[in-house]
Amino acid sequence: MIGQLVHLLPYEFVQNALIAGVIVAFVAGLVSRFVVARNMSFAVHALAEVGFTGSAGFILIGLSPVLGLLTGSLLVAVFIGALGLRIRERDAVVGVVMGFGLGLGVLFITLYSRYATEAFAILFGAITAVSRGDLILLAVVAAITLVGLGIMYRPLTFATVDPAVAEARGVPVRLVSILFLLLLAAAVAEAVQVVGVLLILTLLITPGATAERLTAQPGLATAVSIGVALLATVGGILLALVTTVPVSFYVTTIAFVCYLAARLGAPALERLRGVPTAS
Amino acid sequence: MCFDRATLAYGDRVVWSELSMTVTPGEFLAVLGPNGSGKTSLLRALLGLVSLSSGSLEVLGEPPRRGNPAIGYIPQHAGFERDVPLRGRDLVGLGVDGHRWGFGRLSRADRARVGAALEAVAAGPFADAPIGRLSGGEQQRLRIAQALVGNPRLLLCDEPLASLDMRYQQEITELIGGWAREHRGTVVFVTHDVNPVLGFADRVVFVVNGRWAAGKTDEVLTSQTMSSLYDAPVEVLRVRGRIVVVGEGSGAGFDIDEPHHFPEPAGAHQ
Repeated sequence: MIGQLVHLLPYEFVQNALIAGVIVAFVAGLVSRFVVARNMSFAVHALAEVGFTGSAGFILIGLSPVLGLLTGSLLVAVFIGALGLRIRERDAVVGVVMGFGLGLGVLFITLYSRYATEAFAILFGAITAVSRGDLILLAVVAAITLVGLGIMYRPLTFATVDPAVAEARGVPVRLVSILFLLLLAAAVAEAVQVVGVLLILTLLITPGATAERLTAQPGLATAVSIGVALLATVGGILLALVTTVPVSFYVTTIAFVCYLAARLGAPALERLRGVPTAS
Repeated sequence: MCFDRATLAYGDRVVWSELSMTVTPGEFLAVLGPNGSGKTSLLRALLGLVSLSSGSLEVLGEPPRRGNPAIGYIPQHAGFERDVPLRGRDLVGLGVDGHRWGFGRLSRADRARVGAALEAVAAGPFADAPIGRLSGGEQQRLRIAQALVGNPRLLLCDEPLASLDMRYQQEITELIGGWAREHRGTVVFVTHDVNPVLGFADRVVFVVNGRWAAGKTDEVLTSQTMSSLYDAPVEVLRVRGRIVVVGEGSGAGFDIDEPHHFPEPAGAHQ
């Protein structure tokens, strides 16, 4: 199996897949922390599914599906940001926008039924089909996302865990929410390349949720989250190369196992550290 | 801090009108009134988060502005979720640099300030535990450290005692009152129950139905003043050093669970 891998590594498609995997996992692991802390799982789902509609639309008019994906999720981010930032509203707004977006997606696929493979790739991911050109696009989007998150890291953290005091201290809480939604849209469009629209939750939620179980130290939690995303993505790609099962299955399984292990292991870890368990 | 004929209205709902009052440095002002009477709006105006409809307001000698570093803020106690990945030390750290853009670590000097703020509220022993696992009183002590770490001159507290039991209420009030005395700091303390702060409040302002009355505790909390504020017969009783306000409209007249709630005014909007 190892020998098989060594034999495969020189191939460009393998290298592209691994580089893309590392880029996507790094961004997803970081963003995931905030997705979980801000209760935005449902928004992630909507961003991805309407991203699918965007790519179907772009295929229809002969443009790049990846750009379509990005356009679709950014549009949803703008809608959610404009219509509902309060948590109570947001849930319904996300559902409303997602429903309509998916309806449009159905229309686009019906209008253009020939290239179903491209739609399939968006739904389930196609990391081994990533070209050098895609890789550059991925890297650019990742760089924008990372720089954006770097700039707003502290106010975003403050607004996430402690919105009332953050607002009182002058953090523009509303602006920070909207900016984060836009960055999230970009991260979603990226992660779709690896796991596809349907399994996006694996890269944007599971790592953050796993990290929260293991540590209460924010910096360490972020590192754990990125670690889990990297392990699942790179591990998944390598396993898929030597077997016939698709990447997405391995990525989701590795991430799920990490989460389960964290849940089961957390109580023991806490006893070791002497964390109070009463609540 | 100076309100001059300050009026705040959302649409046609007047929260308070023509409020005029000056608070001198070092004073402890208790803001009282039933729920939904605009006590929190008063703090939001001081924080520069809402603008007055008319009149003027000065805070620490200047018009209110967002993010004034000389103001500390303690929000209503709402428990942190059990698994939020945050320690008390991080919460206090956010009070130092959470509003700054960028990705940064606290400097050695700032970490020392965080440590000192934690010591000042005796939060050292639980500063590194997950904040969601701490008791309400412990979380609220961390809130005080977070508000005081920036060495404010004015401390705004929005119902910091809500949903705490009596022992913690006293502990938290003493921490805030003690800080004010030691540092000659000004405190604006919003509360629906005046009793825990009776020993500290130099003055009170009572807000209800757009009307208000300000002055010394004994001047404002009288049956006469309160009746004219509510425009209905209200009785203020002093029982064993505690003050109880009873209105005709308050159902059975005496709610055994929360005997110190102010009666809801007729036609109050929630």
